[in-house]
Amino acid sequence: MAVAEKKMAVAEKKTEKAWGKIVDAGLDEGIKKLTPEKIEKVINKALAAMGGARLKTYVDTCIHCGLCSEACHHYLSNDRDPSFAPVAKVKQTMWPILKNKGRVTPEFIRRAAEIAYTECNLCKRCSMYCPFGIDMAYILLSVRRICHLLGVTPLYLQDTAHSHAVTMNQMWVKQDDWIDTVQWQEEEIRAEIKNPRIPIDKEGADIMYSVIGPEPKFQAQLMGQAAIIMNVAGINWTYPSFDGWDNSDMAMYSGDHEIMGRVKRAHFEAAFRLKAKKIVMGECGHAFRSIYDVGNRWLGLKMPPVPVIHAIQFYYELLREGRIKIAKKFKEPVTLHDPCNVIRGRGLGEMARYVTNAICEDFTEMQPNREYNFCCCAGGGVINCGPPWAKKRAISNRVKAEQMKETGAHIVITPCHNCHSGIEDIIKYYKLGMHTKFFSEILVEVMEIPEEFKVG
Amino acid sequence: MFEFLMSEAVYKFVRGPLVWIAFFVCIVGSAYRIYSMISLAKKEKVLLPYLSLKYGLRSILHWIIPFGSINWRRHPIITIVTFLFHICLVFTPIFLLSHNILWYESWGISWWTLPESTADIMTLIVVFSCVFFLFRRIIASEVRFVTYPSDFLILTIAFLPFITGFLAYHQLLLPYRAMTILHILFGEAMLIAIPFSRIIHMVFGWFTRAYTGSEFGMVRHVRDY
Amino acid sequence: MSESANWDWKTKEKLLVDLNELQKKFIDIRELTPSDDGEKIAAVVQPEDKRFTTCVNGEVWDETFEKVWSLKFKPDNKLVSLVFRDFEWTVAVDHEMWEEKFDFIWNMQFTPDGRVAANVKKGDDYGVSVDGKTWENGFVEARDLIISPNGTKTASAVSTKRIKEGDIFGFQEGVWTVAVDGVTWDKTFVNVWGVTFSHDNQHLAAEVRLNLYDYTIAVDGKTWEETFGCVWEPVFKPGSYDVVAPIKTPQGWTLAMNGKPIWGNFIQIWNQKYSPDGKRIAAIVAPEYGKWTIAVDGSPWARSFSDAVLPPIFSPDSKRVAAAAKESKYPFHMQSALHNIPGNDRYTIAVDGTPWAEDFDMVWDPIFSPGSDKVLTKVEKNGRYFIAIDGRVGRRGFEALWNPVFSPDGEKLLIRCVEGGKYYRRVVPIGEI
Ligand code: HEM
Ligand code: SF4
Ligand code: SF4
Repeated sequence: MAVAEKKMAVAEKKTEKAWGKIVDAGLDEGIKKLTPEKIEKVINKALAAMGGARLKTYVDTCIHCGLCSEACHHYLSNDRDPSFAPVAKVKQTMWPILKNKGRVTPEFIRRAAEIAYTECNLCKRCSMYCPFGIDMAYILLSVRRICHLLGVTPLYLQDTAHSHAVTMNQMWVKQDDWIDTVQWQEEEIRAEIKNPRIPIDKEGADIMYSVIGPEPKFQAQLMGQAAIIMNVAGINWTYPSFDGWDNSDMAMYSGDHEIMGRVKRAHFEAAFRLKAKKIVMGECGHAFRSIYDVGNRWLGLKMPPVPVIHAIQFYYELLREGRIKIAKKFKEPVTLHDPCNVIRGRGLGEMARYVTNAICEDFTEMQPNREYNFCCCAGGGVINCGPPWAKKRAISNRVKAEQMKETGAHIVITPCHNCHSGIEDIIKYYKLGMHTKFFSEILVEVMEIPEEFKVG
Repeated sequence: MFEFLMSEAVYKFVRGPLVWIAFFVCIVGSAYRIYSMISLAKKEKVLLPYLSLKYGLRSILHWIIPFGSINWRRHPIITIVTFLFHICLVFTPIFLLSHNILWYESWGISWWTLPESTADIMTLIVVFSCVFFLFRRIIASEVRFVTYPSDFLILTIAFLPFITGFLAYHQLLLPYRAMTILHILFGEAMLIAIPFSRIIHMVFGWFTRAYTGSEFGMVRHVRDY
Repeated sequence: MSESANWDWKTKEKLLVDLNELQKKFIDIRELTPSDDGEKIAAVVQPEDKRFTTCVNGEVWDETFEKVWSLKFKPDNKLVSLVFRDFEWTVAVDHEMWEEKFDFIWNMQFTPDGRVAANVKKGDDYGVSVDGKTWENGFVEARDLIISPNGTKTASAVSTKRIKEGDIFGFQEGVWTVAVDGVTWDKTFVNVWGVTFSHDNQHLAAEVRLNLYDYTIAVDGKTWEETFGCVWEPVFKPGSYDVVAPIKTPQGWTLAMNGKPIWGNFIQIWNQKYSPDGKRIAAIVAPEYGKWTIAVDGSPWARSFSDAVLPPIFSPDSKRVAAAAKESKYPFHMQSALHNIPGNDRYTIAVDGTPWAEDFDMVWDPIFSPGSDKVLTKVEKNGRYFIAIDGRVGRRGFEALWNPVFSPDGEKLLIRCVEGGKYYRRVVPIGEI
């Protein structure tokens, strides 16, 4: 039977939204190269490789009750448009793919990619709302895997995946730029503390500190702040001069598992090569997930082979044990955004509150919070899909704007890079007049600089 | 047709071999589905190492207690209907006096039974719950959006044994014998449908819940309820 | 090993530098680095604010720089460092600087014949420089530096064409290849990693990605016929041009030679190493999900480890294999940055499948004695460093310790250590460790 005669699933019409039709060369050019035959072949190969225990069981178990809908900020923010409900996203992607055994049209793939990459942040909030605990994030990540294999991925995200493949970091940071930035930051923080030291390739350091590509590229001051904290707390730490310093992983989100695994392997091997006992990572959520939860598993590592400690927990331990003391708490009213990947993904909710209370005077909780928080709508690689999707991202998180506004805070603490940028976007879009800050920014401002570190 | 339904032969067949077949299909079918799911899960490799009895049970416990999870608390009406529906759906047939008599006659076993009036109410609860689910499916846009004909079919499969049981008991609409035969047929249809439809959620639900509970509880140190 | 025959194996102990004294003289001291023979100890020091230089056995170089890093002693005991001042980087070998200056230098290594090689950047050009002689061709980017076994050739993965960030289509056409002494292969690839030389210095193999999905190995630019879901770094079989690399097939990971599987399937395989005689091959494998061990010629050790196993090391006689291994009793416990969770993250050394009885906070790579009969390494326990031989921990703990070196006859150890803030070079008979 010719494929054309077989019944093929076509993409469902979508009601026109405020953001209109979004052009993305990665998706639009991608589907031009597809034929139904190719789609069918690639999908079936991909499904076979996935094994199907989860996909099949989830799809057969879902009773189509819609109880997961209200978990999702996309659904709530788009006036309860049912096509944004978690189960609806699966309905528009994986169900037809499975039902038609991969016989779907290129336009279907375009729509599936748009849903999987830009209408779901893989935040897993809906898994806590579905009576069966069905893992939508897994299903939509599987859709992304298929889209990656078909070559239909958002352009900016794909570029980032390419960067990972070449440089093992997210931002095309070259090896010399990395080392240069580390050395530059050591000079830079001489203004803040006396004789700072940023050790490079220090074999046998207790801690390998790792960051994400955007830090050396755009936000080197964060590396400086981390160094101030490390120096004052007297931590025996180091950075590698070689690849593996970046903990982030957009290949995980584009669906390029092989590059994800390669990047994670480089990261773990960097720690082993430095004989570092632990990896402490900066304030990034998806990076934590990639190391702790997803990338390691692709490699066959049940848990990270070197313990990875997120910055929230690191600051918590430093403050609790008095390694860092607070001179004067931060005065402005703050609220705290719980990044999914380290709160729902690692249970650091209470530690985040301990740190907030330790460094801030005036803290108001968002509602809901902790593992029940709403995602920032930037996570899951959505912000990395770039400018074309920025407006949609802001519109699709009105609930976050309302949640933040309610607190009356001026500062939103966002201990995650994607949340940090994504929430800043939301603040601007809804004109909330707030600002986002990392813990480290406040911590460095309020911490006590001991005598021996005082400059001048 | 009607004559046929009333016939002794048909009664004997649905009351005899078909019961065996229905239970057999249901049990063996479900067992097979569990078996094939677990063997697939073994092949997927990344699942079983993260299962935890403690956190799996913790999660199941929170979700089988009414209002034990955040989403149950958010939707009190749905929660009450869902729990009543399932409790009545599962326990009425098991503890019904007339079913017990049949089991005793066939296999020589029996156990505690429900007072008949209670069973009657429970049956009605299932019937009205089905109507509630039907309306919810039509009215609530997020449910309608993901509704397929099969969802109505499943609802019907759940509905028919109870409504016919009720009608037979009260000898309404059709002669007792005819209604009883229909009731038995629909009950058997439900049993047979379990392994082949999304009613399999009754079997798989425990596993998916336990897995998510384990991942959330043991690996990520958070609640999933 | 040959140089070590000329070292002083008689003097039991030399106190070379009192680091406490040194500490008083400088604002700070970093990158403490002893020479291989232990006779010298160098450091980057800061004699005045924001000025850096090097100091060997307490003697300070009178030149100062804005930055100094990457201290290493060459086998001939000359100190090499990367130095920066007036916006220029160069290499200093003892007190002599290369004439050529660069915008950046990194990844400094030595060739077996004692020359200094490094990745360099000059203007927009990336390349490699050996003893100050830089590849004639510069590249858009050069990552990593691979030196041929005899040191005559250098190679790197290079990018041949500048593509704009965001040009995903241009990138997918393939702009990466391998350059040897600045001359590229004639084929380009989407990605190139894991470049390695053959033992006769004549050939090169590398992992390549042909498009976003197909991985294979390229030898001198010519790819294997087969493509795979993924591959890891290749190695040449000693004395031949056969190339062996881990490949990912739908059945799992296996090891392939020239494209054809030679091992069974594993959950993971990497870091394969040939024995010195070229007859055996060992690799890190995961025989089951979340279990790690070493497989030799395709057979995994019976004993596996929960967290990780580090690259295998063959004994000089090729008969034994040792590797560092790591285990955790409670893999799901909340970790801590500042404390150890009892039972978790324990390192030890496993030799031919049998782990040492004791475990440690950290272990360094195992070192075989010249006779292959003993295995020793540096271990860390409660913040102090010890030497452990065949599982027995040495009596003395040190504040700092560098890898011990066997005497050529295997009877003695050279120990380079810091005790009481003083750097010592000691020669200790094996029995007295
Ligand atoms: C004993 C194990 C069972 C468990 C734990 C279970 C659990 C659930 C849950 C959590 C829901 C979703 C909640 C909702 O829709 O309100 C549900 C829905 C449903 N269940 Fe079950 N169930 C079980 C057995 C059954 C059986 C035997 C049937 C027989 C037909 C059944 C029929 C249904 C139907 C029809 C719905 C969906 C109603 C709708 O929204 O249309 N369940 N079940
Ligand atoms: S964004 Fe979060 S809540 Fe919404 S569907 Fe995706 S994982 Fe579920
Ligand atoms: S709550 Fe669960 S079972 Fe119900 S529709 Fe959503 S995913 Fe399906």
